[in-house]
Amino acid sequence: MLDSKFRRGDCMEKYLLVAVSGILAGFLTRIALLRVDYRQYPGYPHGFVTHLSMGFIAASLGAIAVPALLKPDYAAFTFLALAAQQFREIRSMERQTLESLEESELVQRGKDYIEGIARTFEARNYLVMATAFVTSLITQFLGLLPGIAGGIVLVLISLLFKSGDTIGDICEVVPAKLNFKDTILHVDHINIMSVGLKDSRKKILHEGLGVILKPKNDDARATIHDIGQRLAIAHTAATILGTKKDIDMPEFTPMLRKDPDTGQVGFYIVPNEPDIKALIEAVKQAPVLESAATRPLKSRAGRYASD
Amino acid sequence: MSKGTIMAAVTIAPDYITGDLPIVIARDEDEREKLARHLANVLQSTVHDLGNGTYLIVQH
Repeated sequence: MLDSKFRRGDCMEKYLLVAVSGILAGFLTRIALLRVDYRQYPGYPHGFVTHLSMGFIAASLGAIAVPALLKPDYAAFTFLALAAQQFREIRSMERQTLESLEESELVQRGKDYIEGIARTFEARNYLVMATAFVTSLITQFLGLLPGIAGGIVLVLISLLFKSGDTIGDICEVVPAKLNFKDTILHVDHINIMSVGLKDSRKKILHEGLGVILKPKNDDARATIHDIGQRLAIAHTAATILGTKKDIDMPEFTPMLRKDPDTGQVGFYIVPNEPDIKALIEAVKQAPVLESAATRPLKSRAGRYASD
Repeated sequence: MSKGTIMAAVTIAPDYITGDLPIVIARDEDEREKLARHLANVLQSTVHDLGNGTYLIVQH
């Protein structure tokens, strides 16, 4: 009698340890993935709180799944499906927030970028859940120390997921000269837009900057031709360098246009900081959007066409 | 993608423009420039030069 009671207590403690190690690893993953960078998103303390608490819930669910499986309490395990439903909500929450902010952005992110951010936030919660689950599993079967070690490794692996490709990975970014042919603004040879006012033309020539994005292969070419991707590049650069655009001066809107023949893309901006090095860096670190990334070279037809 | 809307035209060659839009006739090139800038500011639009004496004010 006493023996069985003692064993049950022991058991509880063991599960507690398993659950806590999983929750801790999962929560740490969420914290590591939640970093404020130039995008200033989520730059608001309340956004932080929301995401950290959702991360905590995700970690708890993942960690507690292991004792539920071993108990065995399969009904509890199916609650994971319910959780997935909840995390889908995160995605629409993020989308709504960003879309409502979009109206008052001078240089808009674009729908593709917003969708990408929303998807990332959802996916990160699944990542947290998986980390917590696997850490708990290791702690359960191999003990606490391997559990801690496994947790650390998993957090590091999750960090690999954090950063996707950037424009610098798929394109060469080279400085280019702004010039006018009649009233049409060009970045080197790429047609950007027509500017009617002489004053505006003078200001653009004087203070504007231009770069050309040279795609490294046909995949990259298809990617930077995506309109959403181009908006994302313009938004990134305008966030970092600032822009002289205002609502009554739309001709200073940063713009990317492609050269239909070579596939190069010309980028024009009138920044607050006219520093070409900064501009090149900013463009290079713009994210490649998941929705824009295409791989025509992975298909046979695409490879024939690239010859 | 958004489409442009022609909001107005400012011209020094009124013989060469017609249509259902506000047409402002300027005395000379300087005045055309000034009027176009004002209108563009008010209408939050850009100015495009057609090259035949007419500036179009277009909202994008």
